[in-house]
Order: sequence, then C-alpha cells, then structure tokens
Amino acid sequence: MNMQEKNESANNFEQCIKCTICTAYCPVVPVNPIFPGPKQAGPDGERLRLKSSYFFDDALKYCMNCKRCDVSCPSGVKISDIIQSARIKYGRHKPKLRDMMLASTDLVGTLARPFAPIVNSTISTKPVKAILDGVMAIDHRRMFPKYAGRSFESWFRKEAGPLQSSFRNQISYFHGCYVNYNYPQLGKDFVKVMNAIGFGVNLLDHEKCCGVAMISNGMMSSAKKHAVHNVKVLKKAADTTRKILATSSTCTLTIRDEYPNLLKVDNSDVRNDMEIVTKFIYPLVAEGKVKLVFKKGYKAKVAYHVPCHMERLGWGIFSAALLKMIPGIEFTMLDSNCCGIAGTYGFKKENYEASQAIGKPLFDQINGIDPDFVTSDCETCKWQIEMSTKYQVKHPISILAEALDLEATAKLNK
Amino acid sequence: MKYDTIIIGGGLSGLVCGISLAKRGSKCVIVSAGQNALNFSSGTFGLLSRLPDGRQITSPLEAIGELDENHPYRIIGEDKISEYAGMTAGFFEECGIKLHGNNDANGYVVTPTGDYKPAWLAMEDITIFPEKQEKIGEKVLVVNFKGYLDFNSAFVANAFEKSGSSCRMETVSLEATERLRRNPTEMRAVNIARVLDNESVLSEFAEAVKKLIKDEDVVVLPAVFGLNNAASLDILKNNIGVKTLFVGTMPPSIPGVRTQMLLKRAFEGAGGTFLMGDEVTGGEISGHRVLNVKTVNLGEVMLEADNFVLSSGNFFSKGLIASPEKVYEPVFDLDVDYLKDRSLWYDQDFFRKQDYMGFGVKVDSSLHALKGGDAIDNLYVTGSILAGTNQLYEGCGAGVAIFSAFYVADSISGKKEN
Ligand SMILES: Cc1cc2nc3c(=O)[nH]c(=O)nc-3n(C[C@H](O)[C@H](O)[C@H](O)COP(=O)(O)OP(=O)(O)OC[C@H]3O[C@@H](n4cnc5c(N)ncnc54)[C@H](O)[C@@H]3O)c2cc1C
Ligand code: SF4
Ligand code: SF4
Repeated sequence: MNMQEKNESANNFEQCIKCTICTAYCPVVPVNPIFPGPKQAGPDGERLRLKSSYFFDDALKYCMNCKRCDVSCPSGVKISDIIQSARIKYGRHKPKLRDMMLASTDLVGTLARPFAPIVNSTISTKPVKAILDGVMAIDHRRMFPKYAGRSFESWFRKEAGPLQSSFRNQISYFHGCYVNYNYPQLGKDFVKVMNAIGFGVNLLDHEKCCGVAMISNGMMSSAKKHAVHNVKVLKKAADTTRKILATSSTCTLTIRDEYPNLLKVDNSDVRNDMEIVTKFIYPLVAEGKVKLVFKKGYKAKVAYHVPCHMERLGWGIFSAALLKMIPGIEFTMLDSNCCGIAGTYGFKKENYEASQAIGKPLFDQINGIDPDFVTSDCETCKWQIEMSTKYQVKHPISILAEALDLEATAKLNK
Repeated sequence: MKYDTIIIGGGLSGLVCGISLAKRGSKCVIVSAGQNALNFSSGTFGLLSRLPDGRQITSPLEAIGELDENHPYRIIGEDKISEYAGMTAGFFEECGIKLHGNNDANGYVVTPTGDYKPAWLAMEDITIFPEKQEKIGEKVLVVNFKGYLDFNSAFVANAFEKSGSSCRMETVSLEATERLRRNPTEMRAVNIARVLDNESVLSEFAEAVKKLIKDEDVVVLPAVFGLNNAASLDILKNNIGVKTLFVGTMPPSIPGVRTQMLLKRAFEGAGGTFLMGDEVTGGEISGHRVLNVKTVNLGEVMLEADNFVLSSGNFFSKGLIASPEKVYEPVFDLDVDYLKDRSLWYDQDFFRKQDYMGFGVKVDSSLHALKGGDAIDNLYVTGSILAGTNQLYEGCGAGVAIFSAFYVADSISGKKEN
C-alpha cells in the first residue's frame, strides 16, 4: 500500500517542502515585484485559499504559465497547475474585450483573414496602434503577426488533400490557428516533409483552436467547449491514423496536459497519440525506418531555442537531434531561457516591459552568436524573437524542408 | 535515442560524472527529475570529518584506511582518493566555480546556528578558517536583512565573540526587500538573492551597510548574493570597503544553487544533453546488461546506451524509497543494504546518528550495481545512493559524490579504450 499516494490531494500542494527552488527559476520574479512568485502563488497560497477565497491574490495573473517552476521542483509539485486552477476558480475579474480578442485566435483569424492586406496594414499603422494601446491596452510597441491571404486549410483541401491517399502510411495533423491564419507556409513545409518520408497527411474533422489563449485569459467555458470538441475529433483521427502530429509545442502541451489537468476534460484515449512532429520523425530516422537525403551544399548557422512548453514536454532533444543530422548545419543550443512572450501575455500593455526584460538574456545570446537564423517550435517565440532581434526564426520542419532533397528522399521512402 | 552513456540523476555526482565523460568526447545524457541536494548544501564540501565510531578526523586523507571495507572510499582505493582530491578544485575551476580549502587538513566554517563545522572545500562566498575559532578581527559588524529568519545574527555574532572579537548587529531594510515581506513566507534566501541580482539594488545595499559601519574592521553578511553571477560578491566587497565575509544560511543555499547552475552549463557546454524535469521509471535488463531505460516524458521512445550510471541520490531525492516493510531502489530494484528491523532505522533523538542514512545500493569493486547478488556489467552507481557510508554522520557527502563520479567516468572511458 502506498500511503503517500493515498494522502495526496488532486493538485498535490502538500508535497511542497518550502525549499523555494522554484523561485530561483521563475522568469517573472526578478522583473515584476508585484508577482508573489511560484511558491507563494502556488502551494503556499493554495493552503490559504482552501480556507477562504479572500486569500486569492489578483497578482496571480502575472504568471506566464511557462512551467519552468514545475520542471525545477524537487518534489514534483504541479505548481503552474495550482496557479492556473486558482485563477479559474477564484478569479474575480471578467476578461476584458481586449483579452477576449487576443484569446479568440480562430474567430478573429476567420474574420481578419479575407481582409488580410487591409488588416495587416491597418494594425501596423501608428494611429491604429495608438488606439490599440490607449483603448485596448495592447502595447503599441508590439508588432502583430500578419494574417495570410489564404488559409492553410483552404490551400490543403484544394492543392494537397487529393494526393494524400496515395501514401502507404497515414498520419493526422493538428495545424493550430497560427498555421491556418498567419503562417500557412509552415503547414505546407510539414506536408512536404511528411510526404517525402512516405506519410500521407490528414486534417482533423474540423479542429478548433486548442484554447490556450482562452485559458490564460480566463475564458474557461469557451476553452472547455473547444477541448471537448477537439478530444472528440482527435479520437476519430486516432482511430484511423493513430498518430496525430502538431507543429506547435504549445498546442501540443495544451491538448495533452492542460485539458485533463486544468479543464478537467478527459483525453486519456488520445493523449499518447498526440505528439510534436520532430518526436515522431527522429526515432524513425534513427532506427533506419525512414531515410533522408539532403541537398548537396546546404549550409546554415542556426541557434535552437527550446520553447518553455517544449522544455516541459521534455522533447527539445528530438528537434535538436534532427537538426544536427543535417550536413552543413552549424548548430548551437541556446541556454534554457524564456523568451518572455508567453502567448498573449506579452501583448498586454501592463506586461510589455516585463516581457522584454525576461527575454533579454536570450536576445543577448542570440546577438552574440550571430546565426543565419534562429529555430524554434513555437509560434509566439517566433514573434517575440523576430520583434526583439534582427534574426528570422524558422521552425525545425521548415529547415528540414529546405535542406532535404525531397525527390530523392521520397524515392527511398516509397 | 542512442547515447554512449545515460546518467540517471543530475545532482553533484551525476553532473561531475557527465562533465568528465562529455569532455572526453562521450555522448552523454543526464535525466534529472528535479533539483537536487546541492541546492540545500551549506556551500561547503565534506571529504571526511568523523569515523563511524564517532572519532573526529582532522586529516581526512590519512584516515581512509580506518573506514570499513565496503565504504565507497575503500572500494575506490586510498591512492585514487588522494589523486581525485587533488584534481577536484581544478575540475570545478574549469566549470567556472571557485573552491578553496585544504586537502591535508579540514578547515572550519561558521554555520548559521553559530557553530564551527569542519569542511574540506568551500564555495567562494563561504569563508573557511584553518583553525576552529580563529579571530577574524577586533570589531565585527553582523548585518542581516530585516525580517530574514534563516540567518540568525545573534548566533553568528556569538560564534565570533567566542573567538575574541567584539560584535555588533544591525539590520538593513530596502524597499525591494520590504516588498517581499508582504507574503511572510517569501523572505527567503532565493527571493532576496533574486532581488539583489539587480545591480542598483546591490549598490543601494552596499551603501546602507557602509552607513552602518562605525569603527568595525570586519563586516559579516549572510551568503545570499550572486545567484546568477558570483561577480556580485566582489562588487559588494569593493563597495563596502572594509573586509567583508559571508556566512552560509539555512537552506536553500545561494552558493549551492549557483554551483548547480554552473555545473549544468559546463555539462551542456561540453556537448552533454540535460533532460530536466523528466524521470526514469524503469529499465530493461537482459543477462547482466541494461539495454535501455524509459522516462515519463519520452513515453514509447526508449533511451539506449552502452553504459548507464545511477546517481539518483538518497531518500531526499527519491533515489531510495522507504515503505513500511522495506527500503528499495525504485528504478531497477537493485540490492539495497539496509537493516531489516524497522525499529533500528532511526534514533528517536533527531540529533543523534540516524542509521537509515547509511542505507544504500550494494556494488562490486568497480561500483557496478548488484541485483539478486550479481553485478550488472554496464550499470554503475555513484553518489549518495551508495551503500557503506552514513554521509551526514561522517561528513563525506560531497567527497563520495565527486570521487565515485570520477572513478566511474575513468572506468567507462577506460573500457572504451581497451
Ligand atoms: C539537505 C541536504 C544538505 C546537504 N548538505 C551537504 C553539505 O553541505 N556538504 C556536503 O558535502 N554534503 C551535503 N549533503 C550530502 C549530499 O547528499 C551530497 O553532498 C551530494 O550533493 C549528493 O549528490 P548526488 O548527486 O549523489 O545526489 P542528489 O543531489 O540527491 O541528486 C540526485 C538527483 O537524482 C534525481 N533523481 C532521482 N531519481 C530519479 C529518477 N528516477 N529519474 C531521474 N532523476 C532522478 C533527483 O531528482 C536529483 O536531482 C547534503 C544532503 C542533503 C540532503
Ligand atoms: S520547488 Fe517545489 S517543493 Fe520547493 S518551494 Fe517550490 S513548490 Fe515547494
Ligand atoms: S509558470 Fe512560469 S511564470 Fe508561472 S510561476 Fe511558474 S515559473 Fe513563474
């Protein structure tokens, strides 16, 4: 009989030994004096909140949910879950219009995309930025991700979809809002690479936004609706292709871990089938089940930034290993640091300074290395690094798509 | 995923072993479930200060022959231990960690409770005295942060008074540290250190201390500076102007956290891969070999290697688990040396020798793990999980962690050369 396990509460706050090691690794602590830190916001505060909601501290909203505290805790306390659950349970503030707008990535994406050129130029003009700043409290120094003219889904259905059934192996793809509305090129690169290594790509029966931005902006019932829908369509996909791959580390973490832990949506049927693409490809290559042929003369100096959520998933090694296989790549692993954006967090006026201060060590290191480009598995890290340094950020899959001799690779993996 | 060596546990021992191997070109991965004992150490390393029978030791290297045959030091051998002790400070220096002390005779450090404790090496913050109760100056000013309870000025002052100095105590309160006190439990070493990592707060603090000095020739401070960069220590010393010493605090330990961060960086700098926050849940053993291990995060993807090192620590780090019936090693269920009679595990008097602290995994003469009495040829054991020593009692925790790591790294690279 394991007595300890039987005495553990759902969010295991009583496992905390008060060592404060989490505080040493929280990126918000040194830049925002109002934030009480992971230990106080998490297990310590929880003890009090259980007595009375009076003890809920509104400063919990400054937690970026980067999960670095969880990774460092010697006692396995799920600190960030405790903090986010507390925000869900006790948060007194209704989300503002701004928060709802930032959070509704797929709704806003659907509305904005057909007018992409107008929207892109409008939200980057000074007067509009001033309004966003003044009225909406979205910091005017932020650059907005651009909306693409044609969504990934529409491209896929027309151009790539019909060819997919010819492949012997099949997988499903959760592309996420960012690929769909802002950066279809990443989705196209994904399809290219998967096809070259012999896998047909299937979209889900209508995915919805994973809901991460809704969770962080306190729109819990919407997030839960999305989660329930997604688990249903993921299950359907898993029944036919088994594996469901994603290119975004945040969507992956949200679906695998936040659904059951925060939203209490049971995903046990699909959790293990959902993974990030590099974790799927690298072992196949290492075991010789998939063969890669690279272009001759490809050369690039790249610096890899492991996004916080990739770090929590523990899968940075797969992207790193895959990139290191490319002949002609000069690879640097950047130190483990948060870029500071944390989804919609860094967009908010009240967080802008903190957000940039958090990212500074990362930006300094990138500048020091002076790579040809940076690589990362997260779309918001991409915005933040591109806005704060002069370097372009590419997804590992896009680099692979560039470096592979796609035709020769396809021949070997028929 | 295939590596040359997989190390389970990223504490002092796993990291030293990993750095040694990675520097010799071995492809290494360390899987570590969370932070480790180094973060809670006193900022000092112990080699040996007491024999199991209670005799105090002043020259640790000369006393190794008196230890039991199954003590890790005896298994590694007296000559090797001397050689490794000689290498240690240089090894850490290359990782950017300054250690000072003496291999021939233990020195002494002042503890936050005002005692003199024997130590082999100390991190650069912590002052190590060759003699117990050495006089550090005529007049000593002990300065603490207002509201910080893990450093007791009165105890510390008492220690220096015993050595003949006259002491005065003061507290400093800065706006930035006062803010921490809004939540009463947040006035802790790490919180203070993070606030003081800011250069302007650091110089504000130095100014405040300077103002408090009357005719004192020495200032004593808690070691809560330089979490991310030890350079803060020198800046502080220069700004204060008079001789400034630091005394370790109750856990967590800022010098310890910094040392851990630097070791991890050195490991990654040498090409190693550190999987932080992941846990090895089991391994496949066939014949006398470990084939692979699995982890929580990697799921179906196995980690394979030629050699495996178990550096998963003692009870504190869950390298050993005590259930009501037995003590076991959770990853491979290795042979554990422990007392079967549970009533003998601990002494009711907390401050006496606790026998459960001496439990550990049994090994052969090459530090191969034993399972069912047989050695596993490619599984080595290092650090505080080893049987044969009560490290807390004998004051040999860091020594066992470091020397067993060097020894195993040597065996693994030697095997490759042959
Ligand atoms: C509170 C405390 C204070 C101490 N202070 C001192 C001191 O001041 N001076 C001194 O010389 N010695 C001190 N010691 C002794 C200390 O044990 C050693 O000095 C040394 O730090 C031990 O290092 P280690 O690497 O063997 O184990 P640990 O530091 O315990 O590291 C073990 C690591 O393995 C990880 N781990 C465990 N199981 C798994 C798994 N299944 N998968 C992945 N990872 C796993 C743990 O998370 C941990 O990170 C202290 C010990 C403790 C507990
Ligand atoms: S690291 Fe874990 S055990 Fe330590 S204070 Fe934070 S939550 Fe508690
Ligand atoms: S999740 Fe990140 S920001 Fe939030 S408390 Fe933990 S370390 Fe700090």
